[in-house]
Amino acid sequence: MLLTKDRKLKSKINTMNTIENIKEQYQQLQSANGSSALTSIEQKAFTAFSNMGIPTVKHEEWKYTRISSLFNKDFQFAPGRLASSFSKSDFDALHLPGFENANEIVFVNGVYNEALSLIRSAAISVITLEEASKNEHSTIVSTHLGHSSQYNKDGIHALNTAFVKEGIFLHVAKGKVTEHPVYIYHVTDARVSNILSQPRTLVYVGEAAQVQLVETFITLGNSESFTNQVMEVVVEQDAVVENYIIQNDAAHSHHVTTTHFRQIGKSVVHTVTITLNGGIVRNNLDMVMEADRCEANLFGLYFLKGTTHVDNHTIVDNVNPNCLSNELYKGIINDQGTAVFNGKIYVRQKAQKTNAFQSNKNILLSDHATVNTKPQLEIFADDVKCSHGCTVGQLDEEGLFYLRSRGISFDKARSLLIHAFAKDVLEHIKPVAIRAYVEQLICERLELN
Amino acid sequence: MLSIRNLHAAIDGKAILKGINLDIRPGEVHAIMGPNGSGKSTLAAVLSGRADFEVTDGTVDFLGKNILELSPEDRAGEGIFLAFQYPVEIPGLTTTNFIKTAVNEVRKYRGEAPLDAVQFLKIMKEKMALMNMDQSLLSRPLNEGFSGGEKKRNEIFQMAMLQPKLAILDETDSGLDIDAIRTVSNGVNTLRNKENAVLVVTHYQRLLDYIVPDFVHVLYNGRIVKSGTKELAFVLEERGYDFIKNAVNEGQEA
Repeated sequence: MLLTKDRKLKSKINTMNTIENIKEQYQQLQSANGSSALTSIEQKAFTAFSNMGIPTVKHEEWKYTRISSLFNKDFQFAPGRLASSFSKSDFDALHLPGFENANEIVFVNGVYNEALSLIRSAAISVITLEEASKNEHSTIVSTHLGHSSQYNKDGIHALNTAFVKEGIFLHVAKGKVTEHPVYIYHVTDARVSNILSQPRTLVYVGEAAQVQLVETFITLGNSESFTNQVMEVVVEQDAVVENYIIQNDAAHSHHVTTTHFRQIGKSVVHTVTITLNGGIVRNNLDMVMEADRCEANLFGLYFLKGTTHVDNHTIVDNVNPNCLSNELYKGIINDQGTAVFNGKIYVRQKAQKTNAFQSNKNILLSDHATVNTKPQLEIFADDVKCSHGCTVGQLDEEGLFYLRSRGISFDKARSLLIHAFAKDVLEHIKPVAIRAYVEQLICERLELN
Repeated sequence: MLSIRNLHAAIDGKAILKGINLDIRPGEVHAIMGPNGSGKSTLAAVLSGRADFEVTDGTVDFLGKNILELSPEDRAGEGIFLAFQYPVEIPGLTTTNFIKTAVNEVRKYRGEAPLDAVQFLKIMKEKMALMNMDQSLLSRPLNEGFSGGEKKRNEIFQMAMLQPKLAILDETDSGLDIDAIRTVSNGVNTLRNKENAVLVVTHYQRLLDYIVPDFVHVLYNGRIVKSGTKELAFVLEERGYDFIKNAVNEGQEA
């Protein structure tokens, strides 16, 4: 009895610690930075965070994903400065394949590390959001920064926005095809203590520009990490944006990743989200199709082991007519892994001739694996083509027997079928080096060579 | 080579095979014929190790081993090959990758070194030519979008690559036009030699015009009720299965 009371007390104190720490950091930064164009965004967000708190499973959008208990733990949070000893030699071991030919942007504990970052393309510039809010980009910043809060109405999203000044602004000049992809590394240095980090990025892709973004998450050390990341991407007329998210982080790393696209001109967005490892992972992907004739492809693959939990929440919002979206998420869940897929498609009244397709397919490899899948269509226009479907099943017994009858061992046959299942997502990763890298990770997991 | 004794098998508790006895020696071609539902495909499935069926009694000896105790992959390693009635489509797995994995897994089982890429390609081209198969099928996902004829040719192509000692052809002629039957049969006949044997499971006599059996067995109600030479197939073609059914049902030898 006494013990229980003690525990309760302790957990309460720790909750205070992380939340108190966040509040303290906020106050300190507010007074240190002084007032600027971004101050009101931060203040509004901080109030929202204070009111809503960390979402619990009572929140409709967080029903299956429990992050609130993570805040019972003690996380260090230092948004205003580079507080880690993460060095160039540490980074040397972490580059993604093909980096020799890529732009690299490095966040360490959520803070942009300019010294480790390298921009090779003339069309690309990276500055802080605070700076961008004051120079010739100020209109872009004031128009688009924080747009994602309309689609992510919860305290964890507001928490990121409360520290928006520390984020970066990535500008892709109009009319330019950037032949070098942009690799974005979210490094969390948890070698000393548990770390909360909050990277924030606003990307602006100018008219007829093309860019490939590749994001990856790396936790160093054995303490826990919690990365609460928000990236907003503004896509102008005739631009083409590809975004690849590769999550193969440690089992004691937790992620809330929000990627918010705003297609303000007729444009193409292509995304692939790959989750192979992590603790609790929540991916929010919003595709707001504001212009006529936009096109978007949303692909995802999660291949889970251990106790990894991944929750993919996607929103496709068809605001204007003639847009096309194609969504395919596939999951393979082993051990005690849990997966959630929630795919919303809105078709506004004006959005006639919308084509919106969605599919979520899951294979459970273990009796203890779980999946919750929910398509959600809200259609207010009458001349549209929308489809959705989801499946949950086991590996095809007939296929397994076919392969085994040809002399292929049970384990190898199973691996070949899993690999075959994943393939139609993997083939949508266009940068060759990245596709080979993900293929390699999956083949290693499957012991296929 | 193959010796089946008193084989009983059931699915979901329902008895399908009720005491099969059959001996096959190297170099022989046997045909199993019989009306629908007589247990023909069940026999093929049980021999290749399909898990849906439970063997309730009897033995199957293949080259001195009790194969009923072996997994499907080990049976393939021992030299048993089943050409499927309905080859499975596997999107995402290319035919080349599949066949290369299969060949090398079987070689590993037999204690042989894996084929290198050059050797493999050479053999593969040779066997494809034998089956009159288009090279483009190799890079396509296994059986996906293949026509009925392409699927069956692909089965015999796999047989050619794996060089089994006993090939079981399960209704390989079903759904094939006459040209495809010729190609498939020609493939099987080319692969025949004194060391290996073929078990043809079929409803109709027509395939046996091309793959000529040494022995024909009639399966009815889970038992072999009549055996003979290839002439028996002609009798069945002419008279149908009814005279056999009637004879069995009247309790006499047909």
